[in-house]
Amino acid sequence: MPTGYKLLEHTADIGLVARGESPGEVFASAARGMFAIMTDLRKVRLRQSVALSITEPNLETLLFEWLNRLLYYFDTNGMLLRGFEVELAGCARLTAVCQGEIYDPKRHVIKTGIKAATFHKLSVQCDTGTARVIFDV
Amino acid sequence: MNKSRGILEQVDSFRWRLGQDYSDCMRVPGIIYASERMLAHINEENVLSQVANVACLPGIAGQSLAMPDVHWGYGFPIGGVAAMRLKDGVISPGGVGFDINCGVRLLTTHLDFAVLQPKIEALMNELYASIPSGLGVSGKIHLDDREIDHVLEGGSRWAVERGFGRPEDLACTEESGQFSGPGAGHVSRLAKDRGANQLGTLGSGNHFVEIAAVDEIYAPDIARVMGIERPGQVVVWIHTGSRGLGHQVADDYIKIMLQATAKYGINVPDRQLACCPVNSPEGKDYLAAMRSAANYAWANRQVITHWTREAFVKTLDTELDSLGLELMWDVAHNIAKLETHVWEGRKTQLCVHRKGATRAFPAHHPDLPPKYAAVGQPVLIPGDMGRFSFVMVGTQKAMAESFGSTCHGAGRLKSRIAAKKTVNGRDFAASLARRGIIVRAGSLSGIAEEASSAYKDISEVIEVAQGAGLSDKVAKTRPLGVIKG
Repeated sequence: MPTGYKLLEHTADIGLVARGESPGEVFASAARGMFAIMTDLRKVRLRQSVALSITEPNLETLLFEWLNRLLYYFDTNGMLLRGFEVELAGCARLTAVCQGEIYDPKRHVIKTGIKAATFHKLSVQCDTGTARVIFDV
Repeated sequence: MNKSRGILEQVDSFRWRLGQDYSDCMRVPGIIYASERMLAHINEENVLSQVANVACLPGIAGQSLAMPDVHWGYGFPIGGVAAMRLKDGVISPGGVGFDINCGVRLLTTHLDFAVLQPKIEALMNELYASIPSGLGVSGKIHLDDREIDHVLEGGSRWAVERGFGRPEDLACTEESGQFSGPGAGHVSRLAKDRGANQLGTLGSGNHFVEIAAVDEIYAPDIARVMGIERPGQVVVWIHTGSRGLGHQVADDYIKIMLQATAKYGINVPDRQLACCPVNSPEGKDYLAAMRSAANYAWANRQVITHWTREAFVKTLDTELDSLGLELMWDVAHNIAKLETHVWEGRKTQLCVHRKGATRAFPAHHPDLPPKYAAVGQPVLIPGDMGRFSFVMVGTQKAMAESFGSTCHGAGRLKSRIAAKKTVNGRDFAASLARRGIIVRAGSLSGIAEEASSAYKDISEVIEVAQGAGLSDKVAKTRPLGVIKG
């Protein structure tokens, strides 16, 4: 099954289905898809990294928090992220190293602003290696 | 009439009833305010299932309501209104949304378009330079830990006390721009981090500052009270919310509510509707945090108002007093509020969720400032950037039927992906320019997503709001220049 993401249409907002061969890859694909909605990732260089770990009660909440935490880094530090190494320990704990660079209006294209990842229709299916999320934009 | 259209039963020309048999968990019916023409689109979307899902929430009073601009949201539909009883009802962060107290304000001026026209381009450039807009933009204000708490507790009052605006702005803001009561302690570290550099920023998406001219006046006496005197008069629309701080508060409390939903044994058909009893500790904590985020949003719109006034003064090289730029009103259209309504024949306090809906209180309502006591609350309904916007006024009918609520905008018709497939941002900006509408935006892609064809025709939405009696038309404005995030 190919790793990656596909955008989903939604009247007011936008969503995606992420794929990967492991839960970590699914989470990485979802993150890459989210930043690809926000900017042209080809112009984002791998200059800085952010390490984070998150613990939540279940896989769905973990995906919700993972994506929203990345938006937190963008809001507070302007981090546009493109490279993601994600490891999941069971269904409740995630550790990740994310790479990218700080938003530079002279070089980076801004496409669609994302306010948050939502729980609406959110799903993570480990057996098929897919996840679905709808963003509030 | 009792005509049915698919699963909806027609009540009259503007009301459609979604029966409780639509889904097993509905506690009350749904009412959708729409014209017959608009129904086709509503039926195609996931709107009906979202109206039904809201009707499943414990303690919902009356009906699950969908305003005339309703469209598919996440959790609640956008344009959804639900009032919950305090004794057995719930509060849901999903019924407010991530952009807590996203709202609109309108400034009136003494200027005529003909006077402004030679300088409008310079004015748009000045506004674009002075109001940070777009994605990932830090503002011109940095709030340290102490100051952000003051913003969270002071709202618009904080801004006015720091020199951003006039004391009289407060009376013309819903809740006077400040929910009282301690709240900053209920806002997380992450939320405060996100709010530290974003006060006085517009954000992206559908947020904007628009210079407009009055196009038509429907109710001259009411318009005059609101500061609208004549066609051609210049006004300013400001639409933004609580930025990343509000998004983080919603994020934090949805997770808390998911646990609370299980703790209190509540079943919700969509996790985005996670909720808890209004009077539970978790409910009170969320209400306090939501009110703090709402205060941040009011301070945000107040700061932007101040910079808008400065841009006018600088560009037109004159005194502020001669320009006017008075705040007509400021509405919150993503909010949950404890309000007193007549319910089952008695005055009762209810928790009213408005997710993309505008409060529309009538004349003589005790919550209105003296200025509007005799006419009713101004209702501000912006359209898309290429078409009209409307000022309406609250009605007794809205008070009796929709918990004092009406629509909040045009309502989207096309997805953002579909909009970009059919509209090129550069072409759309050029077509606006040919019609004399100047656009300043950081993202051409963003303009394409917000093109007129992506929205319902606001005039149709307004006709339904008027026809159903949820609010009455006062005036219409047309855009002259728009700053988009």
